Amino acid sequence: MNEKLYFDYAATTPLDPDVFSAMEPYLKGDFGNPSSIHYFGQRAEHAVEKSREIVADYLNCHPTEVIFTSCGSESNNLALRGTAMARKSQSGHNRITSSKVEHHAITHTIQQLSDHFGFKSDWAAVDEFGIVDLTSFSTMLNENTALASFMLANNEIGSINPIKALAEMCLNKGVPFHTDAVQAAGYIPIDLAELPVSLLSLGSHKFYGPKGVGVLFIRQGTKVLPTQTGGGQEFGLRSGTHNVAYIVGFAAAIEKLKKFREKRATELSILRDELIDRVLKTIPDSKLTGHPTNRLPNHASFIFKNVDGNLLLGMLDQAGFACSSGSACKTGNPEPSEVLIEIGQPRDWALGSLRLTLGSKTNEEAINKLLEKLPALIKLNRELKG
Amino acid sequence: MSGGVDSSVAAYLLKQEGYEVIGMMMRLWSEPGKENSNRCCTPDSVAQARKVAANLEIPFYVLDAKQIFYEKVVTGFLEGYRNGITPNPCLNCNRWIRFDYLYKHAHMFGADFFSTGHYVQKVVHPSGLSALKRAIDDHKDQSYVLHVLPAELLPKLLFPIGKYSKEEIRSIALEIGLSVAKRPDSQDLCFLAGGDYRDFLKRHNVLDDLPGDIIDSLTHEVISRHNGLSNFTIGQRKGLGFSSDRAYYVIEKNFKENTLLVGPSQALGYHRATIQNPNWLIPMELLSSPQVMVKSRYTARLAPAEILPDSRYGTIDIQFFESQRDLTPGQAAVIYQDDLVFGGGIIKSTSRV
Repeated sequence: MNEKLYFDYAATTPLDPDVFSAMEPYLKGDFGNPSSIHYFGQRAEHAVEKSREIVADYLNCHPTEVIFTSCGSESNNLALRGTAMARKSQSGHNRITSSKVEHHAITHTIQQLSDHFGFKSDWAAVDEFGIVDLTSFSTMLNENTALASFMLANNEIGSINPIKALAEMCLNKGVPFHTDAVQAAGYIPIDLAELPVSLLSLGSHKFYGPKGVGVLFIRQGTKVLPTQTGGGQEFGLRSGTHNVAYIVGFAAAIEKLKKFREKRATELSILRDELIDRVLKTIPDSKLTGHPTNRLPNHASFIFKNVDGNLLLGMLDQAGFACSSGSACKTGNPEPSEVLIEIGQPRDWALGSLRLTLGSKTNEEAINKLLEKLPALIKLNRELKG
Repeated sequence: MSGGVDSSVAAYLLKQEGYEVIGMMMRLWSEPGKENSNRCCTPDSVAQARKVAANLEIPFYVLDAKQIFYEKVVTGFLEGYRNGITPNPCLNCNRWIRFDYLYKHAHMFGADFFSTGHYVQKVVHPSGLSALKRAIDDHKDQSYVLHVLPAELLPKLLFPIGKYSKEEIRSIALEIGLSVAKRPDSQDLCFLAGGDYRDFLKRHNVLDDLPGDIIDSLTHEVISRHNGLSNFTIGQRKGLGFSSDRAYYVIEKNFKENTLLVGPSQALGYHRATIQNPNWLIPMELLSSPQVMVKSRYTARLAPAEILPDSRYGTIDIQFFESQRDLTPGQAAVIYQDDLVFGGGIIKSTSRV
């Protein structure tokens, strides 16, 4: 088997060796519980609080506004459930506004809040690139809106939302605004003194940190009802013994972001543009999904007419390329992605999607290798589909 | 791979032999709402096969074959009953799904060979051609359902478990720690999802259950009424819907007249079957004599017979030396010599002499 090339950095990234080194002491000797009074506890608590400061410094917010969670999805859940419940019990607000191109951690949570907890959902329209339509959104904001949530950048098609404008509209109406920045944070600068969001979700494994740790920024004054109760850790907002090593890993990954984010984003965007250009030129009946320029710098996503996307992923894997699609299905029961349907793609295109996301190990040579194989594999795939 | 013992051990044996193995599975068609009980590809068996593949450290992919399975297998099944024959959908599945659709996909994934967990042996015929031979384990032999393969595919096929008995395969499975060793064997049609095929046919408006006469084959008298010919099979004795002090068997189903012919066991029995468009794995000319062994349904025993090709119609008459109780149009008759599969075809008509 030849060497595998990884084109799925949006799914997850490898752990940075420096991040691992930072975590290691807390996986070995320093095992204390940050809630303990004694020496061991104090060392652990110090590690957690130092990590909180590092994250707060990077985001330009106050450390008490940083809540450690177990992952990006948990952050999204806490933001939505916690804010919705608090708003409803405090003031009876019961409508949640979002869009259908959000991550399932958002759409499925809103669906459950609507089905079982007495909330109503308002889905704002998006344009052909999956970017929220500001006019559509403004008509949905009303006196009953409990909160609004829109992703900073789309995981599937890479488009970047006008989060500042959306957040300002909410701010003016006094509606809490949440953004899922999990996919964006590795590439887009976030300055919470500038960006008037109430809540923001992060997960470190998208930027070379460990899986299993996330952050929810909760702006001071935002009312959130905890969804996990217990010992009252994380300012009472997220009970449960701290995952110290992983929290340290989160902060270490943030330290790396400080140094390398901008440089990496610039370098990858050049490779991305070349990749997009060459795919669209060499493969007939191909389209870029998401915005051509206003998109994540490491993100290229396509649809191909009359291609079985799922099958293509298997073929690419066997040819040595690890890639993804919007509707990756491991049980042979593919359905077109909801995101692609929402942005108006017909089924015969939407079933043939391919997401190529770049990262630390991607270079010109890797892209050349991929493009040597991809057109032929797509041709074969189409022939077999008949 | 199905997640079951046979295909799992097949993958293991190939890996032992030094092949670089890729595991594949197909998601087949099920009636809406019954997707979770199709025994070939429930989410459970997908998970099971994935686990087996992971333990063997081989990649594993699931293909969507729902639409083509419906077109090639289910449609043919319904069509067969509509035309008054008893089709064997597994033959179409092997011909068009496993050894065509899946084969082509495997090839596209870069595979040089294609292997399944069928109990059959691949051997070399003295002529130098690749050939299929009955499995060592007589009870498990599956060569019957593989007679439909295109001969040119044989050099690319591998059947690693045919040279073992079922017990040996189960003990290999246990030895290598496959948690699959105790799953029951599968027998029914997968897409019936455990249901009765007659209910399935009714749901698809194939059985109209038109009542008709039951006729005594000796006296030609009407002795009762039946509730639809599809509810009966040739040779059936129980559940005929009338009582008599004599034992009656279903002798024939006359679809033209919608009558059921019944009679004593002596009246059962056919000596001749005519097959249509035979498929040859080894050219017929290489038979050492017209005396062959024939298997006329999956569960039948091999029976000695003589074959009489009729080049005018492209048919072959199979003349059995002993009376066969249940030759059924729609089933395949498969021709063997020296335990090698030479070929076979679907029985078009049968005759008593």
